[in-house]
Amino acid sequence: MTSVDSLAAGPLFGLPLAELWFGLVFTMLATFLFLDGFDFGAGAIFALLETDDERETVLAAIGPFWDGNEVWLVVFGGALFAAFPPAYAGLFSRHYLLMFGILGALILRGLAPEMYEQRHDAPWQQWWGRAFVAGSVLAPFLLGVFAGNWLVGSGRSLTIAGLVVGVTLTLLTVVSGAAFLQLKARERLPEAVTTYGTAATVGYLLAVVATLGVLAVYLPAGLSALLTPPIVALVAASIGLAAGYVIALRRERSLQALGAAAAMTYGLVAVVAILMYPAIDPATGATVRGTIVSTLPLNLMTIGASLLLPLVAVYFVVLYSAFSGPISPEEAY
Amino acid sequence: MIDPVIASRLQFAVTTIVHIIFPVMSMGLAPFLIYFTWKDIRTEKRIYEQLRRFWTKIFAISFVVGTVTGIVLEFEFGTNFAAFSTAAGELFGGPLAVEGMMAFMLEATFLGVFVFGRDRVGDKLYFVSSVAVGLGTWLSAVWILIANSWMQTPRGYELATENGQTIVHLVDPMAAYLNPRFGYMYVHMQNAAVESVALFMAGVGAYYVFRHHVWGYPVENVNFWEATLKIGLVALLITAPLQVLHGDMYGRHVAETQPQKFAAMEAVWETESYVPEYIVAVPTSVDGFTDPRAKELFGIGIPGGASWLASGGDPTAEIRGLNDFETEAPPVAIVFWAFRAMVGLGFWFILLAFWGGYRWYKGQLLEDGLLHKALMGSSLLGIIAVELGWIVTEVGRQPWVIQGVMRTSEGVSPGLTGTEATITLVGFVGVYATLLGLYTYVIWRIIRNGPPGGDQLRVNRDETPAPGPETPVPGVSDDD
Repeated sequence: MTSVDSLAAGPLFGLPLAELWFGLVFTMLATFLFLDGFDFGAGAIFALLETDDERETVLAAIGPFWDGNEVWLVVFGGALFAAFPPAYAGLFSRHYLLMFGILGALILRGLAPEMYEQRHDAPWQQWWGRAFVAGSVLAPFLLGVFAGNWLVGSGRSLTIAGLVVGVTLTLLTVVSGAAFLQLKARERLPEAVTTYGTAATVGYLLAVVATLGVLAVYLPAGLSALLTPPIVALVAASIGLAAGYVIALRRERSLQALGAAAAMTYGLVAVVAILMYPAIDPATGATVRGTIVSTLPLNLMTIGASLLLPLVAVYFVVLYSAFSGPISPEEAY
Repeated sequence: MIDPVIASRLQFAVTTIVHIIFPVMSMGLAPFLIYFTWKDIRTEKRIYEQLRRFWTKIFAISFVVGTVTGIVLEFEFGTNFAAFSTAAGELFGGPLAVEGMMAFMLEATFLGVFVFGRDRVGDKLYFVSSVAVGLGTWLSAVWILIANSWMQTPRGYELATENGQTIVHLVDPMAAYLNPRFGYMYVHMQNAAVESVALFMAGVGAYYVFRHHVWGYPVENVNFWEATLKIGLVALLITAPLQVLHGDMYGRHVAETQPQKFAAMEAVWETESYVPEYIVAVPTSVDGFTDPRAKELFGIGIPGGASWLASGGDPTAEIRGLNDFETEAPPVAIVFWAFRAMVGLGFWFILLAFWGGYRWYKGQLLEDGLLHKALMGSSLLGIIAVELGWIVTEVGRQPWVIQGVMRTSEGVSPGLTGTEATITLVGFVGVYATLLGLYTYVIWRIIRNGPPGGDQLRVNRDETPAPGPETPVPGVSDDD
């Protein structure tokens, strides 16, 4: 039992594990919001496409990926639960109806493509097409509402801050989705996808301005919380990335555009995390260090995550390289 | 409005009862799919490609619905059982997080390759992806059942009071995670999943075999359905006897570690020795259905059977009655009848397996219409038996959410209102009924459309002469 005793004695290598897990939880959230974000964005763009072939192409493009992408949400929830049980329990139970709204949207988004492919008559496909779009738009919107409420520490499900962050996040998924679709199916989709991506980027920047404005009003520290070097740097970087994204998308450098969208997503989540710290549940004032689990389980989880997450990265590399390049029509599920 | 505690419990019951169907299908299909993929790659026979592709479709839809219904369960610990999550997060959250990273990631990523990637990757990577998906589903069950079994037989923890709240601290991870229940639960569950899928395969195969060989209708790809029936039967012959064997050991373990649950399974109210085991139980009054009491049942009982089961061989052993526990009894009627129905089904599956095996041995497997009907009627009973087993496990441990440590009613989110809980409960009943209907519809369509044939198959691409006519002549078997 000496090994257990030494694991219970103090944090691994004396590391600030509470902060590391706080960062890890938000990194998992950001990874989910980027990876499943382009699936959501593709779902939103699906609404604007007209022909059967174009719609089938969108479904084929996200087909092999979305399930794996969605697991990042499960991992985010699991890590938050395992590392900060009171924060997980408090947040999820306080935003009770909102959480079930998110789950409902995810069910709709997951089920709809499977149903869409089952039958090829018009009313059936119209119905499931709409369900797919509704799920794809509502999921990031409600997740954004949750994130906004979380950050400003509201106990209610509907707040101004939540709604503005919801719109911001939804637009960001369209930005990612346009780049992803251009990468996977440039030849089979209309030029307009580029326009949608550009328009969503402009909308996103406006929404970021609105978000900052709302946060200046609703955060306890007010404007001064936003005028710190890291936040100013992240916002400035986002503007630069947005410009780079538009240029890359127009030059059909899709992978670069997708990379810029990824950086924008991680940047947005970083802003939320930085503004929140040292609290993890601002509504109750619970802090990162106050809610972290005790040393033994924390050390065990840290060892587990450092062994497993590199493997997870390998799985994603295998998946994305197996399906690299444009999709072909026969691959429609 | 329904009381939040009752509504939360009902909602968790509804969402788990529906969810478990999909993992049973995916975990049960996993070994078959690995085998089909291996044989398909090695032999390049069309039958194995058909088996792989047909059952992969069923696996894929089960996996997708299992994903979206599974996330609901993870969220519900936070939304509805916040007090439990806060108190037990250290022991309970860890396994869930590891399940996500170790198992769910593995299956969900390689599922993409396995379902969509046959033409994209080489044989080796394709086979590896089938193993990765299968391994992922089975590893997933390891961590989920570690979390569940710890609640049944909690070990390796210490209780502390922090800010007026009782918190469960992990002190011995090996004792906690490899708690006494885990092994029994894992073996019983995984075998049940394979058995359920074996019954489903045999039932679906029997349907087409019956249509073709008994009724004489033309059936496309009849050799595919014959193979499906036979593979299902072989798997049933292996799993059905095992299920009852380790089920017996599991029952004895429950008697030792959760005596109150065991008393409810046997409806023993007063402590006594030489308790009989009722194989067939008939209540002597209407109340006997809703309030079964072992003493008042009329039935075929093995004298001393329950005592024998509980003690591992002593028919005179004492069983502690429900009246002699400090806590109130779980809903005895549900536990008592669910346990009997599950055990009855378990023995029926053995009978079915030996009946089929015997007919096959005699060369009459394809002609025995009664056997085919029995298999068709039993195709979903494996899943029903799994549901019944979980009902015994979860209803039987009430009033405890963590056996002897925390009551279920203490685990519910303190701020949850009856209105909120009722809204989501009603919503889930509606959404999950629809979900189950759609899943059934998709499975029905996959079965009706049958396996891919002719020029859809990869195997035929390399063969120059086109194969003969697909449709066999009515009444004539093309059995090998």
